[in-house]
Amino acid sequence: MPILWKQISKGMRYFETLFLSLEETTKTNEKVSALIDYLSSVPDEDKMWMIGIFSGRRPKRTVSTKNLRRWAAEKAAIPLWLFEESYHIVGDLSETIALLLPPPAIEVQKSLNDWIQLILSLDKMEEDKQREIVFDAWDSLNTSSRFIFNKLITGGFRVGVSQKLMAKALAEFTHIDPSDIALKLMGEWSPLTYSFKSLIENEENEGSHSRPYPFHLAYSINEVTDLKGEPADWVAEYKWDGIRGQAIFRYGHYFLWSRGEELITDKFPEFEHLSSVIPPGTVLDGEILPFKDGLILPFQHIQTRVTRKKITSAILKVNPVVFRVYDLLEWEGKDIRTKPFIERRTLLDQLFTSIDSTLPLQLSPVLPFAEFDELKILREASSENGSEGLMLKNKHSTYSAGRKKGEWWKWKIDPFTVDAILIYAQSGHGRRANLYTDFTFAVYSQEGDLLPFTKAYSGLTDKEFIEINQWIKKNTLERFGPVRKVTAELVFEIAFEGIQESKRHKSGIALRFPRMVRWRKDKVIAEANTLEDLQLLLKKSR
Amino acid sequence: MTNKGLLVHTALGLYCPKADVYLDPWKPVKKAILSHGHADHARWGSSSYLCTPTAAPVIKYRLGEINLETLPFGEEKLINGVSFSFHPAGHILGSAQIKVSYKGEIVVFSGDYKTANDGFSEAFEPVKCHTFITESTFGLPVYHWQDQKWVFNEMEEWCKNNRNNGQLSILYGYSLGKAQRILQGLPESVGPIFTHSTIEAVLNVMRNQGVSLKNTIPVNEHLTRADLLSGVIIAPPAVQNSNWLKKFEPIRNGVVSGWMALRGARRRRNADKGFVLSDHADWEGLNEAISLTGAENIFVTHGYTDILSKWLIDKGLNAHPLETNFEGDEVL
Repeated sequence: MPILWKQISKGMRYFETLFLSLEETTKTNEKVSALIDYLSSVPDEDKMWMIGIFSGRRPKRTVSTKNLRRWAAEKAAIPLWLFEESYHIVGDLSETIALLLPPPAIEVQKSLNDWIQLILSLDKMEEDKQREIVFDAWDSLNTSSRFIFNKLITGGFRVGVSQKLMAKALAEFTHIDPSDIALKLMGEWSPLTYSFKSLIENEENEGSHSRPYPFHLAYSINEVTDLKGEPADWVAEYKWDGIRGQAIFRYGHYFLWSRGEELITDKFPEFEHLSSVIPPGTVLDGEILPFKDGLILPFQHIQTRVTRKKITSAILKVNPVVFRVYDLLEWEGKDIRTKPFIERRTLLDQLFTSIDSTLPLQLSPVLPFAEFDELKILREASSENGSEGLMLKNKHSTYSAGRKKGEWWKWKIDPFTVDAILIYAQSGHGRRANLYTDFTFAVYSQEGDLLPFTKAYSGLTDKEFIEINQWIKKNTLERFGPVRKVTAELVFEIAFEGIQESKRHKSGIALRFPRMVRWRKDKVIAEANTLEDLQLLLKKSR
Repeated sequence: MTNKGLLVHTALGLYCPKADVYLDPWKPVKKAILSHGHADHARWGSSSYLCTPTAAPVIKYRLGEINLETLPFGEEKLINGVSFSFHPAGHILGSAQIKVSYKGEIVVFSGDYKTANDGFSEAFEPVKCHTFITESTFGLPVYHWQDQKWVFNEMEEWCKNNRNNGQLSILYGYSLGKAQRILQGLPESVGPIFTHSTIEAVLNVMRNQGVSLKNTIPVNEHLTRADLLSGVIIAPPAVQNSNWLKKFEPIRNGVVSGWMALRGARRRRNADKGFVLSDHADWEGLNEAISLTGAENIFVTHGYTDILSKWLIDKGLNAHPLETNFEGDEVL
């Protein structure tokens, strides 16, 4: 479709329309058609920025959000506390700023690329000059365009465009196969280094050697009876709680990618010498696990490995890791993702016959079973083996991009639960603005102190939240800004996936993925769990 | 609460001990004075009620056989030496601010209000007083209302677009207030207006009291999809996602409310489209109204009570938050 000059002159409005339509619909077809409309209407640079932004490749942040908040409050002529209160209720910084500012003097139309270039030009500029440029921009945009502009500065576009959806739209637009597109979108590229032509339309590009395959993901099941077919159609493995990774060995180079499509090669230098034992043209899918003396360590050990900028030899010593492999995606330089799982696994087993067991590379074992019922016993024993449940993989399944029902299932062990006492409430963000939804829970210590140990947000119905809100208003003891301290009276059942020691919390405990499962109206605070109970859980989980 | 205890804040609502009268009480009392007929202000079960003549028919329709007296805007009624009068609040038809005065002290309870004239409700009039009890539903500086003409143009555009795509437009608004505003404000080009029975009932009460309203057609089984597609349906918010709508698919849901100013609220309401049109004052409106009363004491109720109070205190006013039992209702 030819691009009309008139359309281009409308500039960022196209992106705004796209963003709003993506947000307004949950239907895949409508999302795809909104993306195609956008692609058909804007120049190539704007196409690239759109793809970049929606795949997490936002332009570099050139202005601190602290300054943005200050400037917005100044421009709106309100005190900073009122800005912060508004932000807390709106739940989105860009939106808050857009709504607070006075109407624009005159509207100016620029393309998405123009606005982004303007934002990039702010880098390392003096603050006063930055402020002046941002004020000018705000003055020339209406409320909804301002929102987009602020999002471009802060980089917080969290809108539902999955890789699969983007690939689908681009495939329809370019008439290229969607799986080819998905592959091209992977890995390290940015709208500053690639043009639409070089990234999408060209057959090959320079970055392709390091490029990972889109990860295949699993759906959850609750019952083994949900599995279709015969036991012989399925392979069972443990589900590991580490960092999902893809190790690429091509042309004598080695790359390691995380599921979030980040290149994490440098964070795990112990894997580097693997390229001398793994033949070039091999891509492995597996889990990076904290591992020492034959045992899997708690998840926090691997967190330090990813969060630290520099990996020192001390860190390597305290937090050693292994790569536990469960799939083979490329073999002898060929993409074998369309082969059935069982064939890929056989090739993987063969590869491992020549791997020295002292290397930080392990094969995730296949767990034999004859009847589906046996899986229950395997699952119950999984935590003793340092895993968080089972993975059930269909032997005939191909390795497709993203989730596909009936191919890979995860069957996690039941979460831990404790009954805890509500002590603080804070109003929610976004969807739950105006409602007290962020709760802090405590348990009693042996000395009789109420010690906060976790926060939880989700898990109750809107109706329950309203009932609790009325209770909170009547039972507030103290207020600190948006937080209310309430009478220790209500008991809630909290579920969580893991428990760890923590020096940051007074209780000495940190939970993984805590959420409320039930309001225990039947319980009084004396019946809640205690710190001792939590410490016991901690001991058991080690 | 007020200087000489003219009004006090009780578990039943605002109370004037001298006259033994409650303003918008939350529970049954002997004498209730009502600012307007919305369910969080006009509650069932009191022995006697007082409201404006234009608000009365709907309140009667909703509360049934009640002992109801009316008092026209601007006229005084003395109860045990305390003077009460109604002044237009501009919120919905017949909605009033309630002025209470005794021995030179004047207190005004705003009820719900909006300062912009919607062309249908009696337009808001500021009342000078010593103490002003103001609502604060949209008491945050992020709320700025556009001129209603702009919003109705947006609605017109949306309805036309939907029709071109073969989708039926449904606009959601409260049956008392918002529905009349939508009906009167929609340009004729959108075609005939079809109504849900709850809304039609309120419209008929108003027609019977002599209010001039545009023609509407209640949705009924004789109407074909093509008939409905030639116009727009107005329905109460409770109907959204109900079975009543199933037979009209494909439809587009347009929610008409001040809350639609925030993306989070739009998502929560599952709106295909949010139209930001409110019967409450926006941030500027609240500030303007407060300053026009000249009051030295401000009590802030219904909404962002803490935030608006703190802002007023920053500006040098004597302001206090006043909590109500009904904040839970407003967030829905």
